[in-house]
Amino acid sequence: MTISIEARGLSKRYRIGGVERYVALRDIITNKLSAPARRLRGEPAPEKKEKETFWALEDISFDIDEGEIVGIIGRNGAGKTTLLKVLTRITRPTKGYANIHGRVGSLLEVGTGFHPELTGRENVYFNGGILGMTKREIDSKFDEIVEFAETGRFIDTVVKRYSSGMQVRLAFAVAAHLDPEILLVDEVLTVGDLKFQRKCIEKMAQVAESGRTILFVSHQMNQIRRLCQRVIWIDQGRMHRDGTTARVVSEYESAANALDAEGAGARQAGGPTQFIGWWLKEGERERSHELESSREPFTVTFLLNVDKPLASAHVGVTLRDSVDTLVWGNGEDGVALPSGVHELSFSLPSMPLKPGHYRWQISIWESSKMLDLWDATTELLVATDPVTHWIDHFAGVMSIPASFATRPADKADA
Amino acid sequence: MSATATDTGSAATSASAPAITRIRPIGGWFDLNLREFWAYRELIYFFVWKDLKVRYKQTFVGAAWAVLQPTATMILFTVFFGGFLGLPTGGLPDPVFYYASLLPWSYFQGAVTTATNTLIDNQGVVTKIYFPRLIMPVSAVIPGLVDLLIASSILIVIMLVYGVTPAITSFLAPLFVLLAACTALGVGLWLSVINAAYRDVRIVIPFIIQAWFFVSPVLYPAESVPKAFRWVYSLNPLTGAIEGFRWSLTGVGNPPGQTVIISSIAVAVLLLTGALYFRRREVMIADVI
Repeated sequence: MTISIEARGLSKRYRIGGVERYVALRDIITNKLSAPARRLRGEPAPEKKEKETFWALEDISFDIDEGEIVGIIGRNGAGKTTLLKVLTRITRPTKGYANIHGRVGSLLEVGTGFHPELTGRENVYFNGGILGMTKREIDSKFDEIVEFAETGRFIDTVVKRYSSGMQVRLAFAVAAHLDPEILLVDEVLTVGDLKFQRKCIEKMAQVAESGRTILFVSHQMNQIRRLCQRVIWIDQGRMHRDGTTARVVSEYESAANALDAEGAGARQAGGPTQFIGWWLKEGERERSHELESSREPFTVTFLLNVDKPLASAHVGVTLRDSVDTLVWGNGEDGVALPSGVHELSFSLPSMPLKPGHYRWQISIWESSKMLDLWDATTELLVATDPVTHWIDHFAGVMSIPASFATRPADKADA
Repeated sequence: MSATATDTGSAATSASAPAITRIRPIGGWFDLNLREFWAYRELIYFFVWKDLKVRYKQTFVGAAWAVLQPTATMILFTVFFGGFLGLPTGGLPDPVFYYASLLPWSYFQGAVTTATNTLIDNQGVVTKIYFPRLIMPVSAVIPGLVDLLIASSILIVIMLVYGVTPAITSFLAPLFVLLAACTALGVGLWLSVINAAYRDVRIVIPFIIQAWFFVSPVLYPAESVPKAFRWVYSLNPLTGAIEGFRWSLTGVGNPPGQTVIISSIAVAVLLLTGALYFRRREVMIADVI
């Protein structure tokens, strides 16, 4: 096995606070000018406060072999993106080092460097250039890129008229054709329809099969499971776990769902009244987090641990999409529950949502006092086929098929 | 696959065996890494091309503006400074003198402003993708040359109208434009990183440019400056650029040899220190923007 990425003790320190990062030159000058006077008076220099900085990454070491697809998981702010930024040289580590063997391609954000006033074609060239491709390289891959992005007839339209999905498709297509030895991907596959997401994953798998290395940051365990053999779990800037996908992801999920017995006593059965899990039942499929068809009946079940018996509780549930739009909500009054673990189920005839990722939020109340509010960590994946408008921008929230017909209007109506 | 160890970083265009990219906390003071810059040279083309594409999307407005601005300023100067104040114009008709001075000056002014803001204007890219940052200020001073070229065609017309025949030395004019471009780049290298790190610098920049206008031979010929101060005056690289540009096209006045030499040395120092400072500070750009 040839080594692809070796990281040793990578650490990155940042200053705290977004606004204070912009230092005024005025202050620096005043400070510098008054320094000699201070020294003359024998005053100590103002100390740099350690408190104002924090370690976004601390002592991260790993070796990644050529051809490995490694998932990087962790909560928001755990340091995943910082790690990718260090590895792509966007920012330098404060301590430690890394050696990267081969050309690095990165996809850190959707449509980075896309200029809204330029057409798709022009952006492909500009974006490719920024990513390190030569004009000749882009020329030779242009058709392939456009075909992959499925933006065919819009390629000469200015990008500001593109839907976000189209932009991602084009951006991913450019990056995917960069042919890097190492591809770093950060959460890009969360946008765009599922068909395209699958295509991207296939493409990444294909890239990996040809001996390329992929580092893939995602919150979506479904994607991680599908794509990666190995997972690195970063928590609070530190390496938490590094191992096979099956092991690390299930550990991560159980920690996130607080079903883990060591989970700092947070969400576990036997604790206070709180939600501890959810799953779907759709036809024969049980305990899944994926909705195969959004137009068939299914049941969603939430697991609730009840501490003290509840005489008349209120249960509220909402479902939000990836841009936080509330797409469905329901509630139930007068719920009586003895103490113990209960299954709370909502059965629905259908949930005609377009493909994508959705999040449940469920809460339980007793006489207007909230006992628990839970944002389900595992997302709901609606994996149905898209049946509405083929451009995401016009596809809408609901996925309901329509039949179309024309006929001459009656004279009386005309 | 064999890996050859080099210190050049990953060469963007090489299709050969992968180089090792070494990621380290901080580079040294004298590490310009021009080899990597060279590997990414096509990116300059992409940046300039994008800039021109966006700017000239409405071709007419873009080109008209390039001509309108120096022409209007020239008319004002001719009326007020040439007419009312009667300032000397080194033996050239007022409109020719002012217009010929304004071309390199307007270019410089525009290029410095663009270069100074380039890191902030491109922060979306800077915080997401790595490439040698030096590409940005370099690309920032190039598109203005197109405006300069367009506006130069009007200069020929004005010269002919006022009976000044373009001189045989006209072929030297691009060299003086290059001098102005290097000055703009040198200043841009310094100010762009300072501007990214300290946001209050933005307020100071218009003042610096205004002051620079008065210490450059735009309103008056360099010969108006007392002889004793002439060499200090020539340390301003724009003195050489503007004087040279005017002289090369019109052939009026003495060839500004000494001035150009002093200005060129000054610009070389400015460029080198600017590039070193830029390289030294660029590592923190993505963190502070």
